[in-house]
Amino acid sequence: MSVNDIAKSIKSIRFGLLSPEEIRKMSVVNIITADTYDEDGVPIDAGLMDRRLGTIEPGQKCQTCGNRVGQCPGHFGHIELARPVVHPGFAKTVYLTLRAICWNCGRILLKKEDYDKYVQLMEKYRRRWPQLRHKLAEKIMKRASKLQECPYCGREQFKIKFEKPTTYYEEHPEGNVKLAPSEIRARLERITDADAALLGLDPQMARPEWMVLTVLPVPPSSVRPSITLESGVRSEDDLTHKLVDIIRINERLKENIDAGAPQLIIEDLWELLQYHVTTYFDNETSGIPPARHRSGRPLRTLAQRLKGKEGRFRSNLSGKRVDFSARTVISPDPLISMNEVGVPIEVAKLLTIPERINKFNIDEMKKLIENGPDNHPGANYIIRPDGRRIDLRFPKDRKTIADSVEVGYIVERHIKDGDVVLFNRQPSLHRMSIMAHRVRVLPYKTFRLNLCVCPPYNADFDGDEMNLHVPQSEEARAEALVLMLVQEQILSPRYGGPIMGAIQDYISGAYMLTKKTTLLTREEASQLLISAGYDGELPPPAIKEPEEMWTGKQLVSLFFPRDFNYTLKANICQKCGQCKKEECPHDAYVVIRNGVLISGVLDKKSIGAGQPESVLHRLVKDYGTDMGRIFIDKAFKLFLSYIDSRGLTIGLDEEELPKEAKEKIRMVVEEAEQKTAKLIQIYNEGLLERLPGRTLEETLETKIMQELEEAREKAGEIASQYLKETNSALLMARTGARGSLMNLAHMVACVGQQSVRGERINRGYQNRTLPHFKPGDLGARAHGFVYSSYKDRLNPIEFFFHAMGGREGLVDTAVRTSQSGYMQRRLINALQDIRVEYDGTVRATDGSIIQFKYGEDGVDPAKSDHGKAVNVDKIIEKVVGAGVI
Amino acid sequence: MADKKAKTKAEKEDPKLTLINNLLSGYVDKLPESLITELREKLYKLELNEEQMRKIVEEVNKAYIRALVEPGEAAGTVAAQSVGEPGTQMTLRTFHYAGVRELNVTLGLPRLIEIVDARRTPSTPTMTIRLDDEHKYSLEKAKEVASRIERIAIENIAKSIEYDMVNSSFIIEIDEEIAQDKGIELEYVARALERLKVGNVEIEGNNIIITPTTTSPDKIKRLRERILDLRLKGIKGIKRVLVQKEGDEYVLHTDGSNLSAVLQVKGIDPHKVYTNNISEIAEVLGIEAARSAIIKEAFQVLDQQGLDVDMRHVILIADLMTCTGKIRQIGRHGVSGEKSSVLARAAFEVTVKHLLDAASHGEEDALEGVTENVIVGQSIPLGTGVVELFMRFPKEGA
Repeated sequence: MSVNDIAKSIKSIRFGLLSPEEIRKMSVVNIITADTYDEDGVPIDAGLMDRRLGTIEPGQKCQTCGNRVGQCPGHFGHIELARPVVHPGFAKTVYLTLRAICWNCGRILLKKEDYDKYVQLMEKYRRRWPQLRHKLAEKIMKRASKLQECPYCGREQFKIKFEKPTTYYEEHPEGNVKLAPSEIRARLERITDADAALLGLDPQMARPEWMVLTVLPVPPSSVRPSITLESGVRSEDDLTHKLVDIIRINERLKENIDAGAPQLIIEDLWELLQYHVTTYFDNETSGIPPARHRSGRPLRTLAQRLKGKEGRFRSNLSGKRVDFSARTVISPDPLISMNEVGVPIEVAKLLTIPERINKFNIDEMKKLIENGPDNHPGANYIIRPDGRRIDLRFPKDRKTIADSVEVGYIVERHIKDGDVVLFNRQPSLHRMSIMAHRVRVLPYKTFRLNLCVCPPYNADFDGDEMNLHVPQSEEARAEALVLMLVQEQILSPRYGGPIMGAIQDYISGAYMLTKKTTLLTREEASQLLISAGYDGELPPPAIKEPEEMWTGKQLVSLFFPRDFNYTLKANICQKCGQCKKEECPHDAYVVIRNGVLISGVLDKKSIGAGQPESVLHRLVKDYGTDMGRIFIDKAFKLFLSYIDSRGLTIGLDEEELPKEAKEKIRMVVEEAEQKTAKLIQIYNEGLLERLPGRTLEETLETKIMQELEEAREKAGEIASQYLKETNSALLMARTGARGSLMNLAHMVACVGQQSVRGERINRGYQNRTLPHFKPGDLGARAHGFVYSSYKDRLNPIEFFFHAMGGREGLVDTAVRTSQSGYMQRRLINALQDIRVEYDGTVRATDGSIIQFKYGEDGVDPAKSDHGKAVNVDKIIEKVVGAGVI
Repeated sequence: MADKKAKTKAEKEDPKLTLINNLLSGYVDKLPESLITELREKLYKLELNEEQMRKIVEEVNKAYIRALVEPGEAAGTVAAQSVGEPGTQMTLRTFHYAGVRELNVTLGLPRLIEIVDARRTPSTPTMTIRLDDEHKYSLEKAKEVASRIERIAIENIAKSIEYDMVNSSFIIEIDEEIAQDKGIELEYVARALERLKVGNVEIEGNNIIITPTTTSPDKIKRLRERILDLRLKGIKGIKRVLVQKEGDEYVLHTDGSNLSAVLQVKGIDPHKVYTNNISEIAEVLGIEAARSAIIKEAFQVLDQQGLDVDMRHVILIADLMTCTGKIRQIGRHGVSGEKSSVLARAAFEVTVKHLLDAASHGEEDALEGVTENVIVGQSIPLGTGVVELFMRFPKEGA
């Protein structure tokens, strides 16, 4: 962007009160009639829908500015109030101000020396700590309210009582006197500008008497548009309704005053006017009933329009609607790159990018124009250099249009393969929730994404929808490409490790492929490598006789850089006491030397998503994000192809245990039951020893829970011993692909104790959980221990307890999301303005320093090595050679 | 001191160490201390020639420079996201046993919210107190210190308390066993009750009889509460003390917290007293200690849940909360409420009040933050948006 096309920018916004003069000056009409339209539906002059207030109907010209609907900004009118009323929002400020000033001369009730001191202090604060001025003003007002006698005119001062929302009394010795708004206004008028400044008011922007209204501005009709229902009945906006009320009372008050009505009636009407004005500003003012619509619904007046989540600020100002976006269901596509997103043709034909015609692309653009809006690589609009738009939907003969375009025209062409778009899934909890992808236009109606980007988006395919946005300017596209592209986000700034990586079947596939026993024929190996996009030579086979065979490790090695060295322990590691390293019987010790996988299997620890210090992490960190992307795109396809060809399935009979194992489990569980019974017996005999800081009952509970938990664990252990090594569920649990050994134990051995609120199940009937048990039964079965496994089927009682535990889990999730959501909103709001400055300090917007050096060492966590600034070992290896450490 | 001397001496005799230190001396201002230490140790362990060492140090320096944050980085937003996002994965289960089985401590999301809220008192205040050399190796002595700390009220040692309508007096039956265990004598209790100055106190066997001066039922009811709650011993706020063996020493864990009082108890090691009540730490030990406590507590919560979050994010949040010298809450009554921008405050919470105040004060919003600029539709001053320098193209044809 050059200096020449920088749009005007707003430098600051000043807040203040409108003075009556200003309200009158900006007003185009003095509203005096409460009616809006006459019988013919024509707006009444000097009514609330006066045509001078701006136009809301299409095709009409504004009577004030002459513009049509989109252009006319709307114009204010005003209502001359017959008697002044207090602005309800400033009622408190008015009260505090009244307390602090003399009723007679309007000076602040401060002795001369105090006054001078505060003036000086205020001036000092103004220059150095403007934030503190309000605090000082509050202090001054409090101090001033204490004085009984005015030091200037010597008059006695009376205490002022404030009754919410807008009533003031003065406590005279002979009784309380109500202060009329006109009297209040008169007093406020007497405050000098200098005094007002001491009271925290800015006399230029907000004279104190302006807090008592004499003129009410009437917002333009475009702010409160009336809607015409299908039946032709006009329905007015809530604000209009309120304004009608105000005008009606105002007129009545005026008539009564003119007619010389008794003081009482006038005061009643005056108070009514105050009520209407109060509810006009805020219909949720405490202490008064909210004004209601005919249907009984409370009106949505000014304050309500601004407030809260659906209010103007959070809904319209902080969050904005955009064009060039799309939303649809997502589905997986393991064949596209992680950088890509599959876009349905239908969507691609609606989303456009403006492209300026130059001599290099003119032929291509002409072709696009010719294709028009309905054929995919086409265009929807042409913008001529004079700004006129040509809609390509209507002209029959697009060929002539295509021929007529010249260099300098802008074509709004369909998005096509390779364009950069932003892709997003709510809730957008971190920056990886919006990433830039390259477009891949595909048939069918869903957005397609590579499975490796599921973790950062937290997406699955059970009906999730995602949004897509098309950046329209060159700058936006460049930023998206450089900063937001998926591959640039592989390393999370949360912990400095890869957040993307293999999940589920990728891991199972990698494990099975790299297992020692996997041997592949020439045909199989070639097939796998081709599907992974490998176009180099096949390495020499690992086994030459009787048939040429390749190991899976060989194939994977083809995708590592030649100088890649790494060792780690895989997820399947059994945590033996003495690690045998390369000789590991489970092949869990991963060694990669010079880009060759020498030993060990690849599983969650080495390629999984969210695994710091994994193979994937090293690849991305040491060889760059391009390398990371290529590895994920190619090698991961290899894993999937292998699992495709080999197959991985679990079935009911796989969760079958031999009789012997079942017997063992039964014994373990029975033993636990006996132990529990024993505990209960000891407890009943009163011999149970109390744990420190617990009651006897609590002690018993903890002991029983411990016992039962142990039993479940033992049962699970027995089960996993007896399961075959080829068991698919076991494979997935061990490699970290999906599920855990506990899930497996639930299926085959014993589901175990169900809990609600961290305790055994104790609720239900009096002294018992269900009528099937004797009152006071403390046994395992009666308090939610499920002996059965899922495979063995739960009996009805067990099923019920299981449902209780399950329900708690669901409630927990529901409550948690709202709580953590609010915490995140607060965190973001408090921290969003903080940035790193050029000098390396971390500062807030006002320039105040929060940290002298970011994170104490100035290192960006996203660029760090799992939190560490530099991986020294890696560098030593690089300089000296591998295998030193 | 002796250690340091030995080190310099070792250095004199060890040419390798001298060499390494010479190599590193040029980088002392450039690299963080932890990195220098790591380099020194690792280089010392390996058999390398000077050339290799120099190269390694140079490479490390380059890598460090590459890892630095870029100016304009939205450090705050990243920190907030990094701490907030894992919140969804945390358990809501309030209680967990942390170290001590018998003590419940709030953990997980509720605790994290408590920390960023800067609550006056945590829902489960607890202290970890280590003892001085004299007391830490013997259970007896540890218990002795514990009894000085644990607050004992009448209700803890009374078997029952009844009001005798006939004589209009309270009869408190003391559980002798417990009283003895806690080391409290009957006379001591009686004297404490006398100090309450509510009436005549008598000892009758195991019972203490108080005849209050008043007989009004309302006051009697309140008096009963007062008597039950009368502190006989220990420190206010500490409901329970557990003595726990950790390694070869005894450590006290408490339910309830009162840092300033515990620090004055004889037999503790005042350098090794910890409380999870952050505002108490701020009061007694100052804001820097409170900052450390926030980092420690917040990081512990995340770590305990198995969530991997970089320390720097937590540090930034702690620094923001404490940078004014007082602990500020993350939210309406703290950081967000004290922002200089009217629009940013209005967009967060209590919209109308902020707008009205801004009007009467004639405030000016300089549009320096993120929200304000989003509201008026300008680019935000973060990242690429901080750059204010533009190139002036020559006009076409010029």
